Amino acid sequence: MSQTNPQQIEYNLKVVRQFTIMTVIWGIIGMALGVWIAAQLIWPELNFDTPWLTYSRLRPLHTNAVIFAFGTSALMGTSFYIVQKTCRTSLFSDKLAAFVFWSWQTVIVLAVITLPLGLTSSKEYGELEWPIDILIALSWIAYIIVFFGTLVKRNTSHIYVANWFYGGFIITVAVLHIVNSMAMPVSFVKSYSIYAGAVDAMIQWWYGHNAVGFLLTAGFLGMMYYFVPKQAERPVYSYRLSVVHFWALISLYIWAGPHHLHYTALPDWTQSLGMVMSVILFVPSWGGMINGIMTLSGAWHKLKTDPILRFLIVSLSFYGMSTFEGPMMSIKSVNALSHYTDWTIGHVHSGALGWVAMITIGSMYYLIPRLWGQTQMHSVRAINAHFWLHTIGTVLYIVALWISGVMQGLMWRAVNAEDGTLTYSFVESVEASYPFWFIRFVGGLFIVAGMLLMAWNGYRTIKAGKPTSETIDVAPREAATPSA
Amino acid sequence: MSSFWSAWIIVLTLAFLVGIIWLLRWTMTNFTGIKEGELMDHEFDGIVEINNPLPRWWMILFWVTIVWGLIYLALYPGLGNFQGLLGWKSSNQDVQSIEESRAATEEAREAGLIVQYDREMRAAEERFGPIFEAYAKQPIKELAQNPDATEIGKRLFLQNCAQCHGSNAMGGKGFPNLTDDAWLYGGSPEAIKTSLLEGRQGQMPSFSGQFNEQQITELATYVLSLSGRKVDPELAQAGKQNYAVCAACHGQDGKGNQQLGAPNLTDNVWLYGGSQDAIEETLKNGRRGVMPAWEDILGEDKIHVISAYVYGLSND
Repeated sequence: MSQTNPQQIEYNLKVVRQFTIMTVIWGIIGMALGVWIAAQLIWPELNFDTPWLTYSRLRPLHTNAVIFAFGTSALMGTSFYIVQKTCRTSLFSDKLAAFVFWSWQTVIVLAVITLPLGLTSSKEYGELEWPIDILIALSWIAYIIVFFGTLVKRNTSHIYVANWFYGGFIITVAVLHIVNSMAMPVSFVKSYSIYAGAVDAMIQWWYGHNAVGFLLTAGFLGMMYYFVPKQAERPVYSYRLSVVHFWALISLYIWAGPHHLHYTALPDWTQSLGMVMSVILFVPSWGGMINGIMTLSGAWHKLKTDPILRFLIVSLSFYGMSTFEGPMMSIKSVNALSHYTDWTIGHVHSGALGWVAMITIGSMYYLIPRLWGQTQMHSVRAINAHFWLHTIGTVLYIVALWISGVMQGLMWRAVNAEDGTLTYSFVESVEASYPFWFIRFVGGLFIVAGMLLMAWNGYRTIKAGKPTSETIDVAPREAATPSA
Repeated sequence: MSSFWSAWIIVLTLAFLVGIIWLLRWTMTNFTGIKEGELMDHEFDGIVEINNPLPRWWMILFWVTIVWGLIYLALYPGLGNFQGLLGWKSSNQDVQSIEESRAATEEAREAGLIVQYDREMRAAEERFGPIFEAYAKQPIKELAQNPDATEIGKRLFLQNCAQCHGSNAMGGKGFPNLTDDAWLYGGSPEAIKTSLLEGRQGQMPSFSGQFNEQQITELATYVLSLSGRKVDPELAQAGKQNYAVCAACHGQDGKGNQQLGAPNLTDNVWLYGGSQDAIEETLKNGRRGVMPAWEDILGEDKIHVISAYVYGLSND
């Protein structure tokens, strides 16, 4: 089948631009909320004696804002960009893509309103009440249609690895969200989970851990697989490694949730299975890091001059660190020390600030000039400054909570040899944590300062340029039979 | 778990691990048709991929973790109802009462099973039990003079009691101050120990059905006058008319009744606040105080030591 007139296709970059701007804005809001609640731990009066601003309500707002507003806006925007570019085709439907953007932003605005009002289903990372859950499901189904519809109409014979990861993330998050959010409404603003007891806990953490695994890991690996080779201008290190680590990662992750419930009412067999799979998961997780970092071989010198590449590569180092740390913490005897302490929060943030935020920031610095007809950001020095602010902030955060976490774990289990009583009361461990909470707060300030610098830099870049319109000539698909 | 679900879990888990092994073996071979180290025959927006083999050390690590996982699942519970070759359990998870728990512990001990929680508790009991047993033989009053014992009592208090009564034992709204001389159920060593062993249930009924707003205000005023607070004498006098109802528990003189846990109203110590408003709220809505029973949690010997510490707080 041959055709002489090439078709001209225009990429939909508008929706990518919208998501890009919201990524930066929600990043600032979400991280600033984090700094605020970090400050509340040291100065509780910062809730100003209003229920709407208490730690208990702002903390879920912080997590929702960084995961579902900042992180997911970044994933949606970059996936729409990458799927078009690597499939050499436009989006399946511009209208549906616009619906994904506006419905998703509505979800987040509703979160910003309802969570401080205290409306919550009280499921961690799934706090939003049932009407918002339904809107999330609709938005996500539209996302599935746009993304996979675009894959289907691609003008390439194969599907690039970045899209495997995005695809895996998109489908699994839909399943996770729908199953975990099943609830009986009692009013428009209140519902109760249809699961009870240990089953509810297991569903919650099956959802919770896979939100980390698919949204914060697989999704961002998709981002990594495009922007790292593009920015480094090097071939991806190993195709076969990407095959094995993709399939192993997505199939192992789904088992790992029970490690959040070690030494609880969850049956022993469930705990063991969760732990075994979590430990094996360490290896395929590192597959992604190896593939990303080794892609740089032959181009290491670029790290000296290119702060965007530095963001991308350092994010992979944090990714490697936290995907080593996670499986170690899932081992029961390690978990006996680490569980319920600041170590867990430190671990999450080494993933969130080190991996997710840094890969996103690097990708945004790559995207912003290209989306607004520029060759580079307004200020490369500001990117460099942002890199150092973010790196220092993240290291301060993680190290502070490592120390306080291990300290708390050791204090809680310290026993007097003479009489078997516990050496410390709980409140003594809280008291001892204050200095580290202060360091964590300072780390957060560094990170938000960096994000503000990014907003300024992005604003100047966008103002100097104008929206890019990009068209490509495509011959109709050469081979009729698609293969992965 | 039924044998169907047990088989389901076993088959699913093992089939999955076999699948992972197959995946690893498949990607160890060069299935691509491209020579190793050369570029794959596709390109995406300028991105190309090299057909490099899997890093050797990474591959070995993968094998090691899979083999370790299989060994772990052979040794420990994981594959459905299969208990593992070691016979290890974290605890007797299926018990639903303390009696069942005790029976299961006994059963597991006789069968020589490794129930980790039971083992740790037993080891601690064997090592530290005699210390508390020896203390339990001394009278509480005597023990309260023994600094070693009160230090232990203090640590137990901080672990188990401070959540409600505060680290300094001075309580808070709804939680009695243990350092003063006001005792709801008595401050004798025996009364304190009984409170700890068996718990207490405080009941102040609601009087909003019986008295109107004005009468509640009058009663509250009278109650305040009992502890010598400055009040409007007319209101207090009016309140006194209805006080007979209260006297049933708090006594005609308002000095309370430790048999019932009815507080003394004359000592100006207020569990739920001593303002006019707080007392009116108490009268209108009633109050419920709960001190949990600790005998099954801590055992009598440790409670004896805590009793000595608490007794010592107000009897230096």
